[in-house]
Amino acid sequence: MAVKKTKHEMPEQKPKDRIKNFNEVPYGYDEKTAIEEAKRCLQCKNRPCVDGCPVEIDIPDFIKQIAEGNIDKAVEVLKSKTSLPAVCGRVCPYENQCEGECTLLKIGEPVAIGRLERFLADYERDKGMKIPKKTRPTGKKVAIVGSGPAGLTCAGDLAKMGHKVTVFEALHAPGGVLMYGIPEFRLPKAIVNAEVDYIKQLGVDVKYDVVVGKTITVEELLEEYDAAFIGTGAGLPRWLGIPGENLDGVYSANEFLTRVNMMKAYQFPEYDTPVKIGKIVATFGAGNVAMDCARTSLRLGAEKSYIIYRRSEKEMPARNEEIHHAEEEGVIFKLLTNPVKFTGDEKGILKEVECLKMELGEPDESGRRRPIPIEGSNFKIKIDTALVAIGQSPNPLIPATVKGLKIGKWGNIETDEEGRTNIPGIFAGGDIATGAATVILAMGAGKKAARAIDQYLK
Amino acid sequence: MYEIIEKQVLSENVKLMKVKAPLMAKKAQAGQFIILRIDEKGERIPLTIADYDRKKGTITIIFMEVGKTTKQLGTMKKGDMILNFAGPLGTPSEVENFGNAVMIGGGVGIAPLYPIVRALKQAGNHVISILGVRNKDLLILEKEIDEFSDKLYIATDDGSKGHKGFVSDVLQKLIDDGEKIDIVWAIGPIIMMKVVANLTKKYDIKTIVSLNPIMVDGTGMCGGCRVSVGGETKFACVDGPEFDGHLVDYDNLMLRNRRFICEEEKACKLAGE
Repeated sequence: MAVKKTKHEMPEQKPKDRIKNFNEVPYGYDEKTAIEEAKRCLQCKNRPCVDGCPVEIDIPDFIKQIAEGNIDKAVEVLKSKTSLPAVCGRVCPYENQCEGECTLLKIGEPVAIGRLERFLADYERDKGMKIPKKTRPTGKKVAIVGSGPAGLTCAGDLAKMGHKVTVFEALHAPGGVLMYGIPEFRLPKAIVNAEVDYIKQLGVDVKYDVVVGKTITVEELLEEYDAAFIGTGAGLPRWLGIPGENLDGVYSANEFLTRVNMMKAYQFPEYDTPVKIGKIVATFGAGNVAMDCARTSLRLGAEKSYIIYRRSEKEMPARNEEIHHAEEEGVIFKLLTNPVKFTGDEKGILKEVECLKMELGEPDESGRRRPIPIEGSNFKIKIDTALVAIGQSPNPLIPATVKGLKIGKWGNIETDEEGRTNIPGIFAGGDIATGAATVILAMGAGKKAARAIDQYLK
Repeated sequence: MYEIIEKQVLSENVKLMKVKAPLMAKKAQAGQFIILRIDEKGERIPLTIADYDRKKGTITIIFMEVGKTTKQLGTMKKGDMILNFAGPLGTPSEVENFGNAVMIGGGVGIAPLYPIVRALKQAGNHVISILGVRNKDLLILEKEIDEFSDKLYIATDDGSKGHKGFVSDVLQKLIDDGEKIDIVWAIGPIIMMKVVANLTKKYDIKTIVSLNPIMVDGTGMCGGCRVSVGGETKFACVDGPEFDGHLVDYDNLMLRNRRFICEEEKACKLAGE
């Protein structure tokens, strides 16, 4: 029987409906569709998809179990390598990783590995999560700083190895960027909470309101713990550096998304934290965070939501799926356009942005063609809100407070491949070490560091 | 959860609470702040640390009931729990022996001034304090600040106590009388800090102000608290809250602090119903 050349469709909310709510966009596969999709897998001997996965999931094995209808067994295989499958099954850039290596690409679309992972995670959550047997305690204690994807993965893996793990979180909620950054309609917060609960049931303790570097230092933690892992992320927003950026109406993507996602400003005044956006919103940048901002704006009632980006469509760093969803929802893309100035009214409230048209020149150090301003092409766009989503830098709080810690030129903590810093017993991984990257790469770093920490403790 | 172990009503709208937070009390220093969230649906608000007791493990906060959250906090009693309480945040005050320090507090800004007054006195400074309020009933911490001040002046808008007029009048008189001032601290309403800083700039007296912009996380992540200082964008939560008073763009700060005024009114109105 010939293999179906395309993925089985995953049903999702219609654009005109979903821009009026914060519910998740796709509904996910049902069991029947998942089994059919799993049957597309060729079970290649060389397992290229596994090489594409930063957390080394045994992809063909769990797919085989699904294809044979052994869903519980499939869940077991999946969870032996990841503690956050419901998160990964939603926000991973599969197309560049597992699915990007799939043999089926030669004849059509890859196996929908991401959708299958999501199906398994949702199936297990609905059924009630099974907690693996506890390993014999090693008597060693590890402190994890930050409860984002790197920290949670590291914590989960170390707990499975029998170490006593405590996670210190500065905010009042777990998950880091999964909670404050990624919107509800892309990653429901109940799912993040469920995955964190699973990690807690592995024996991990999570302490909130502890700002490591302020409330307690890493050195003090090491008096009580045998090792520490720092996964404090890339929390420092970058700015455009143009006049008017401090006007009322200009937000960093971080502030806007934190208000809406973590503080639930979309439910103001039931929740106390407000956000206001007016009628016309412009988001600057074209990564996943920018798409999240533009799509969130529509859901908050914006009449027009622009993406303003200085390069062309080809260079947009966001995932195709995110760009596609944004387009479907009516986000307007103003490409090859660079902001030069914000202006406000006499009260200091943002009114418009002045932009320049750009053209592409020779490739720059990033390999992408450099945008060059077209002189005299200035034009103005009326806007009520500007969301600056041009990237984040590593959070400087820890790098600045640990004496002797080797810091890289972007303010990142320098580590080797396995997450060791220059100080024995202190490990780091995720965006704090690499600069802003993806959830899955942070998880991969957390996983590697867990292994290195285990080795260090022996 | 963080227990309120003591509550005092200092004046009509100003309340003091001692909150059990041992880790934070161990680290707290003058000039720093905390962020609290009352309950699951609450917002995160920053409050400057008015005092701390390392032995008892408490942080003292003093706040004026101005918005939905502070009003709600004001109704809480001894024994009640605050859901989240994080800190100490921000950079501590630079405490050294400057010589002659003039410490100016306006309204509820007197509260964060107090631990700095004490620290500076203990560091060997000659301390002159000037406290300004609308009327004498609103004056807080007079006795406490007096204890660590060599001289204490009061200014009230209505003349019900001390000088009738502004703290800046008292400062101007000190300067006119030939007082040699090495440093000024001014904490209070933005307009007060602006007026004081404009005055001391004329005489080239170093002036520190403590800013209280709108914040969300308080750890340098959101940039909501950004202020323009000497033409550079700084985050009050990590770079501050204290800054060189001569470099702060007060007008931009006032504008940014009005960002959610309509929403605040709406929330207060709903809460009142």
